[in-house]
Amino acid sequence: MDDQAILTQVSAILREVLDLPDLTVTPSTTAENVEGWDSFAHINLVVAIETHFGIKIHTAEIEELKNVGELVQLVAEKLKHKKG
Amino acid sequence: MNSRSVDLYWLERHPNASEALSVISKSPEPTLDALHGVVGKYLDFLQVNRADKLLQRILAGSPPPAVGSKPLRFAILSTSTADHLLPAIRVAGWRRSQIIETHTGEYGQYLQELENPHSDVIKFKPDVMLLVFHAQHLIGNSALTLTHQEADAYVESILERIRTVWRLAKSRFQGQLIQQTIIPTYLPLVGSNEQRLPGSPMRLVARINHALGALADAEGVDLFTIDAQIARDGIDAWHDTALWHRAKQEISPRAAPAYADHLLRLVMAQRGRSAKCLVLDLDNTLWGGVIGDDGLEGIKLGQGSAIGEAYIAFQSFVRDLSRRGIILAVCSKNDVANARLPFEQHPEMLLKLTDIACFIANWDDKATNIRQIAAQLNIGLDSLVFVDDNPFERNIVRRELPMIAVPELPEEPALYGQCIADAGYFEALQVTSDDFQRNGQYLANAERDRLRASHTDLKGYLKSLEMELRWQAFDAVGLQRIVQLINKTNQFNLTTRRYTEAEVQAIIDEPRALTLQIRLLDKFGDNGIIGIVIGLPEADALRLDTWLMSCRVLGRQVEEATMNLVVERARSMGVRRLIGEYIPTKKNGMVKEHYRKLGFLPLDNVADTLADGATTWEHRIDSYTPFETSISTVQGMTHG
Repeated sequence: MDDQAILTQVSAILREVLDLPDLTVTPSTTAENVEGWDSFAHINLVVAIETHFGIKIHTAEIEELKNVGELVQLVAEKLKHKKG
Repeated sequence: MNSRSVDLYWLERHPNASEALSVISKSPEPTLDALHGVVGKYLDFLQVNRADKLLQRILAGSPPPAVGSKPLRFAILSTSTADHLLPAIRVAGWRRSQIIETHTGEYGQYLQELENPHSDVIKFKPDVMLLVFHAQHLIGNSALTLTHQEADAYVESILERIRTVWRLAKSRFQGQLIQQTIIPTYLPLVGSNEQRLPGSPMRLVARINHALGALADAEGVDLFTIDAQIARDGIDAWHDTALWHRAKQEISPRAAPAYADHLLRLVMAQRGRSAKCLVLDLDNTLWGGVIGDDGLEGIKLGQGSAIGEAYIAFQSFVRDLSRRGIILAVCSKNDVANARLPFEQHPEMLLKLTDIACFIANWDDKATNIRQIAAQLNIGLDSLVFVDDNPFERNIVRRELPMIAVPELPEEPALYGQCIADAGYFEALQVTSDDFQRNGQYLANAERDRLRASHTDLKGYLKSLEMELRWQAFDAVGLQRIVQLINKTNQFNLTTRRYTEAEVQAIIDEPRALTLQIRLLDKFGDNGIIGIVIGLPEADALRLDTWLMSCRVLGRQVEEATMNLVVERARSMGVRRLIGEYIPTKKNGMVKEHYRKLGFLPLDNVADTLADGATTWEHRIDSYTPFETSISTVQGMTHG
């Protein structure tokens, strides 16, 4: 799966988490500039991404994430390891 | 694998629930009914959160719900984060056509909230209160080096703490109190023989969970045994340690829909809304193959083949359900002679015709036949569960009769029983001796119907039944059954007031109250306790707070005989008037004219103060002429 495909799926999950069906998501999107993306929503986002991609994201990794682009990178890396 | 149970695998899947929610959300007038069509199917936790937002939005903009669907007030007092469970609880409620208002106490402040009679949770006036304590909160950090004796005393002291909280809660509110068992999050320190370390926190939690059963029974509290479910699914399906550290969420958000589903079973059971009857298909459901094509020798049933044994195991489970009080019915597309053949002649068949309260086999569509079954058994359609291996039949029944539970049966017959058990349709809070006789009672009803057909006049038929009505004031022996009837009778129930065991005990302790438990016997057997009346003193009158009867005995003058009895008792208590009340619900339309039929006169002058079309009625004792019935009335009852 390439980064663009992951971004598409992560964006869909984020829209579902925030209940904002028309939200535009780019790699530079951050929690600060989206309404409703609070710590509660963030937990739901991580759990949903873990379930969807069948991966586990560690506590330390979550704390380092700065924007959607970094989240996509993290998922891509985990998927690579999963296959290997 | 087993964590499919956390994904509520018995629910029908929606082809695109997210899209369906968006469509409703964007429609100019989103409705509760439209939403019901989506939440009736499986939703993951994100979809549940969205469905809840939509539900709240619709409720905020719509008139108060119709008669009989009063919102249920649900409070959680928890030592861990519970907010993320609330949307799932409200959605699981609407899946069952129940609007739920929720309240969570201040995080970890349950004692303060219960001690203060003016706290938010007490002011909320909950119908249901759930208590949740996490393991560390109860066990603390100093137990590890306890000796055996010290550990015993420690467990006792923790149970005592819990009992104190329960009693405090019960002194503050009247509804259903539910205690969640402790989630076993402690790790083993010894291994398989953890019991050799008496102070092992993991072991202490297991001991407390075990002991809560007896304690809850003694205190009239209902248990939510999440630990048993976790033992089946594995703790990872329910709990995520990282999330515990991050947000003090003891239940993973992913498991919230399952948590709510399990919880709602208890809440609905308390309100008489659990299913009562299992309607079974035959071919490839109770045996392998098609009896009409394969014949008695060709169907797969019993020892000798793995498939045959799987069907026997399923029959055994079904028979056990029936023995504990679930009514069985058959609904099959077959010639009736073929359908009955295995029951009558197959040597391995566990279920017998005498286990089936209503047997319908013909070539009509199943929705029609299921309506017929509900009518014959005199139970609501929404108390049926329909089990069929054929997805086509399942979908027809779902479309025609959306109020009926239709599990997505796994293709593997070895898993049929597990599916029905996992779905929790038949959740019960009490099991009484009457439950053990239920199927026999319905069969005796069929015998009565045959006798009735042989009589040309109703009077002659009723006389031939040789009915005897036995009555007694409420007592300790009958208490469980009384509470069960009060909480589950929906149709013949004038006021549908639900009481806990403690509340019924308080009525028993009131010397000027009239309490009657009524049993009906006839030549076909004992119908068990079929009537409950509670009269409360009000000046020179007795107000009939509760009058309910089992629909099984309708049309046999039991209402009239009971009225004679009520008047006689009231007269002996020096009462001059009876006041009757009717409070309409979705289900009790059949008793709207109950008091008029019994000669009561309407009391119109108070109508303004009554909500929702309720009526009150009056009957003077001195002007009462007893009804003539074919029932003899006897004081005292032997409990079966």
